[in-house]
Amino acid sequence: MTGELPGPAPEERPHPSGRRNKQGIRIDPQAEAEPEIRREVLSALVDHEPGVLAEVSGLFARRQFNIESLTVGPTATDGLARMTIVVEETGPGVEQVKRQLRKLVPVHAVRELDAATERELALIKVGDDDPAGVAAVAEMYGGEAVEAGPEVVTVELTGTESEIDAAVEAFERFGVREVARTGTAALAGGTEFTAHETHDNE
Amino acid sequence: MSESEPERTTDRDEAETLPTGASSVVTALEDAGVEAAFGVQGGAIMPIYDALYQSDIHHVTMAHEQGAAHAADAYGAVTGEPGVCLATSGPGATNLVTGIADADMDSEPVLALTGQVATEMVGNDAFQEADTTGITRPVTKSSYFASDPDTVGDTVGEAFALARDGRQGPTLVDLPKDVSNAEDVARPGPAEGPETQDIPDEADAEEVSRAAHALADAERPAILAGGGVIKGEATDELRQFAVDHGIPVITTMPGVGAFDETHDLAMEMAGMHGTGYANMAITHCDVLLGVGTRFDDRLTGGVDTFAPEAEVIHVDIDASEISKNVHADYPLVGDASTVLRQLDDALPRSPDAAAWRERCAEWKDEYPMDYDAPEDEPLKPQFVVEAFDEATDADTIVTTGVGQHQMWAVQYWTFTEPRTWISSHGLGTMGYGLPAAIGAKVAAPDQEVVCFDGDGSFLMTVQGLSVAVRENLDLTVCVLNNEAVGMVRQWQDAFFEGRRMASEYPWGPDFATLAEAFGAAGFTLDDYDDVADTIAAARDYDGPSVIDCHIDPREDVYPMVASGGANGLFALQEEHL
Repeated sequence: MTGELPGPAPEERPHPSGRRNKQGIRIDPQAEAEPEIRREVLSALVDHEPGVLAEVSGLFARRQFNIESLTVGPTATDGLARMTIVVEETGPGVEQVKRQLRKLVPVHAVRELDAATERELALIKVGDDDPAGVAAVAEMYGGEAVEAGPEVVTVELTGTESEIDAAVEAFERFGVREVARTGTAALAGGTEFTAHETHDNE
Repeated sequence: MSESEPERTTDRDEAETLPTGASSVVTALEDAGVEAAFGVQGGAIMPIYDALYQSDIHHVTMAHEQGAAHAADAYGAVTGEPGVCLATSGPGATNLVTGIADADMDSEPVLALTGQVATEMVGNDAFQEADTTGITRPVTKSSYFASDPDTVGDTVGEAFALARDGRQGPTLVDLPKDVSNAEDVARPGPAEGPETQDIPDEADAEEVSRAAHALADAERPAILAGGGVIKGEATDELRQFAVDHGIPVITTMPGVGAFDETHDLAMEMAGMHGTGYANMAITHCDVLLGVGTRFDDRLTGGVDTFAPEAEVIHVDIDASEISKNVHADYPLVGDASTVLRQLDDALPRSPDAAAWRERCAEWKDEYPMDYDAPEDEPLKPQFVVEAFDEATDADTIVTTGVGQHQMWAVQYWTFTEPRTWISSHGLGTMGYGLPAAIGAKVAAPDQEVVCFDGDGSFLMTVQGLSVAVRENLDLTVCVLNNEAVGMVRQWQDAFFEGRRMASEYPWGPDFATLAEAFGAAGFTLDDYDDVADTIAAARDYDGPSVIDCHIDPREDVYPMVASGGANGLFALQEEHL
């Protein structure tokens, strides 16, 4: 083949010794540690209209953001819904999620919640061989039986994600038939509000 | 106009209401200043076309919707205002998608209007129904479904403003037939972007100050000018800044034209097929001021070895580009021209970089873009590109397809002005060149337009010649014909032990005869002695002309940075890969 150009070959050129990691951050190659994955709760105020959930979930899918849960529901303001999104990402990854979300036209505000109140609701259907045992475990996790049918009991629980995890595990000994979980809903602590952080760019 | 054709009127300027949803759409376009639109007719979009019948907007009927989107994209790239394209529902809309995705990757302002089946039919898999908003959502800034005839014009205005403002890009409005046909609808207001869109102007002053001090302290500073410099109308500020402070300027591919390539400080394009000197400069700089660039992988090569000793100052109007691909030590979110002025004001002194400028100049001598062109061998494409450049004015607009010809065009044409290099950078869409030339010529009828294309690329959208002939567009297509999809062939030779699977096109048509069949002028070129005369004859022809230029099929594109490799290790021949 033709098309070669003049000049020193690659090995004849000077080369800098520095390196960057996968996040494009300059590093000492000897001291590089794996980036730490964080669990962060994001709260977003969005237009309450068709297609918005698809737009947000599509963004997460195509940019390969790792989300653990996403909940959505109306707010006290007509036309606005709140999305609570639990993401598991590196620090720069969480920043990317927030910035990409803010670019979406139906998204009014996005913030990361620290010191948030987090709750998840779960319905757990278990076998009814030991109704007293089921009631005791339900009580221990602050839940109650909401339906007792032939062969099964359905228990309703609210709590943080890890409390629900623990409860589901505790119910395993009665035979868990089905579980429905809502994913985490959360609000900022105290007098902090999501809308204070509008479409800004930090 | 034939005598039987009904008279066109434009007497609805002052009306409170408009006769139809479609007339509201067209009024919104007119109010936004739209002068031209590119599209293809079809069932669900017919009401919009009927309203266009009454309009002064120049509609260019395209031969294929993909071409309509590319033409609108190039129109936007040349003018800075959104290019408008139209298509019907279903296949019309899906044919637009490639062009919309191309505009999205290159941040070109495009407004796409698509017909849709009537609202009550949506979701029923009706004839020519496709989920257009669903399909286009990932490749637009926003994709609107118009559901209310009284606000459809406002929605079109909002989509227009959104495409134009901030980081530019494509938007789409899907127009169900019943909304377009609805009668007595409200007149739209002026085009306003969505209230949730935040467009930063000034960057944070403290961050600017920190960045300015880092730049002043630099020993080996470099500017990386991206497409955002041109789209942000910051070319003058960037040139002034670089020259005042003696900082060498590297460009990305979309940034070509942001800096005068004849200037001493010009290092030209870096990256996979960038110049050797640009890749040396970007590898060895100690502060890199990136303006309006997303640090795309074709520019950076492997991120691990990208500008490994540089602190990065990143100016971008889109906050989500900050530290997305390369970490920004100094993130400056704002308008490019505003932030460059801020930086200029905050700079305590110019960097002391005389030795570095000297080094950059030496690299230009060490790695010249000098190719061999023996007269007894087939034509070299680089020679043809240079001959075209010499024959034409500085404001000539160059469009290309995608592949080897595109790289020779960007490497061997000397660009001095912004908005003269119009190509498919990010998506790499073969077939972009001819419809882009059509859009560019409609946008700038007084500027010469040259399209360099490859034989494989040209074949993909060649039907656009019928449009150029009908519109009598005086543009010149130069097909650098190597009877192959040459870039694939080059990679097969370098990385697949020469197994040329599906890359050789010896069966291609005679493009000169094909051009004549369309009613364009056709020329064949295969001899050095005829280059100047053939170019002159093609340019002299008043209308579209095509030169089928038979080039050396063995020619490869160098320099070349292997995919994911280090820029500083660019190959100058296959043995280096």
